[in-house]
Amino acid sequence: METLMAYIVGAMFAAAVYMMLRRSIVKLVIGLMLLSNAANLLIFTVAGMRQGAPPLVPEGAQMPASAVADPLPQALVLTAIVIAFGVLAFSVVLIHRAYEVVGTDDLDRMKDTDT
Amino acid sequence: MSLAVAPILVPLFFGALSLALWRYRIAQRVLGLVGTLALLAVAIRLFQVVHAEGMVVLHMGGWAAPLGITLAVDMLGAIMVVLTGITGLAIALFSMGDTPERHEHFGYYPLMHLLLAGVAGSFVTGDIFNLYVWFEVMLIASFALLTLGGERAQMEGAIKYVTLNLFSSAIFLSAVGILYGLLGTLNMADIAQKIDQVENTAMINVVAVMFMVAFGIKASAFPLFFWLPASYHTPLVGVSALFAGLLTKVGVYALFRMFTIVFDHDVAYTHEILVWVAGLTMLSGVLGAAAQYEFRRILSFHIVSQIGYMILGLALYTPLAIIGGVFYIMHHIIVKTTLFLVSGVTYRIAGTHELKDLGGFFRSRPMLSVLFLIPAFSLAGMPPLSGFFAKFIVIRAGVEAEAWGVTAVALLVGLLTLYSMTKIWAEVFWKAAPDTESGEPAGQGSTVGLGWMYTAIAGLAACTVFIGLNGEPIYALAETAAEQLLNPDRYIRAVLEARP
Repeated sequence: METLMAYIVGAMFAAAVYMMLRRSIVKLVIGLMLLSNAANLLIFTVAGMRQGAPPLVPEGAQMPASAVADPLPQALVLTAIVIAFGVLAFSVVLIHRAYEVVGTDDLDRMKDTDT
Repeated sequence: MSLAVAPILVPLFFGALSLALWRYRIAQRVLGLVGTLALLAVAIRLFQVVHAEGMVVLHMGGWAAPLGITLAVDMLGAIMVVLTGITGLAIALFSMGDTPERHEHFGYYPLMHLLLAGVAGSFVTGDIFNLYVWFEVMLIASFALLTLGGERAQMEGAIKYVTLNLFSSAIFLSAVGILYGLLGTLNMADIAQKIDQVENTAMINVVAVMFMVAFGIKASAFPLFFWLPASYHTPLVGVSALFAGLLTKVGVYALFRMFTIVFDHDVAYTHEILVWVAGLTMLSGVLGAAAQYEFRRILSFHIVSQIGYMILGLALYTPLAIIGGVFYIMHHIIVKTTLFLVSGVTYRIAGTHELKDLGGFFRSRPMLSVLFLIPAFSLAGMPPLSGFFAKFIVIRAGVEAEAWGVTAVALLVGLLTLYSMTKIWAEVFWKAAPDTESGEPAGQGSTVGLGWMYTAIAGLAACTVFIGLNGEPIYALAETAAEQLLNPDRYIRAVLEARP
């Protein structure tokens, strides 16, 4: 499972970078979206995956009976997803507005502020 | 000690209050002043406590480290929070005179408070994932502030700014994930303690370099700085000044924090990279500035070049060098904000940022000229202003570390900085205004609110002079901060042994 996930994460990072290098701003945002999801999956994977062992403490006990899955990475991923969602919503509005103002979706034509 | 959370809560509270008073512009303005003043007050109080006790640690929700989220303020953090308060207050004062109604209608003040909360949060937190969250709070507020107004240049600048900063956040997040996978903890003190026991040092180096890239983009270090000069000259001057003063310095602060307390296992490898980064950042920034003829673009490129000096202080990794780096951060935040604010006044009066269209300010506004000369000379490193001591300490550390090449670069860059500042002086202040017969600036802009703007600039200029004249006590503060950074054991013990 870990090996498979490693390949998926790698492929997603590669796809994200490829999309960000395209000239269209829509593809740029798709790249950003893939990038944040790749990072989330990476956290999920490197923290160690364990199947069928929810981190529950039996009634009356102080500790779980056997080794359980680590709940913290999931909390981290959840936080990161929320943040990524907010930022993504902003980026979508931004490219829409940029398209309206500049009149093109081509990054190569947005060089006015470059030097 | 619940004081540690105050620098976050105060701007959040005032931000929420300004949001609630969305329709009342005047109330928002007053809250802008009151809120930043309150932030400065709690920051100074926090600084006093840190100065007396060494460190302030707060475990949120009563969960002892390393389980809960910890706020840990050491000397460096406290200094940075005070500087945040000073900058915030100056920007609030300046905004009283310079923010157009349209910007105020669209949430200028709530966003400013949120940005300050994010910046202050980054400085006080002792938890690496929490640092990520505060970075994002700061970023999203800065995105909105940058695009407020919606002009073409702002949109183009914002796309570059947003993309590169999100890219850096993704790298940061991945690095945090890998670090958690290796060590099973997110508390910085706990990470610092456990990282020495990891046998797979190659993996640690990979993570270290990922952090370096992530914070390097935020700090605008070579070769990752291109988003900065492409975007910082586009928004409102007050916003530019706020960004210039604080945002890149959060990246530098994070580098200082991570590469002293956490990643000190393989200094020969990581800090050698930083030396090269520092030298190239200084050089490319100052050369970029030399080629520019727009007031704020010149200043933006100088931010890049000055970041190099701070990173140099960290990279040399001797006690004196770290002191120099911390001193440089203090000096730079004040001076850079002042210079951007001066460009706001000249823009208000003459209606342009282009050097060739500006002119005659020395004849018509000698006071403003003096207020420009103070931070400009300070930036270039003239005694007795703050920049002289900052540069002197860093270069002295370079000589003592026998890093001849990079020290020579630092000296050369100082000279070129002076060239850029004289260019601005000659073009904006000394030469006669191009279009008018009297040689004074045409003055289409209204003079309403100039008093507020001058107050902000004069206050910051006074801070520069104050740091310069009180070099020794300020040096002592930087020394305490550097000592804490170079002795991670004390940081680790203070955090892990503090009672919730």
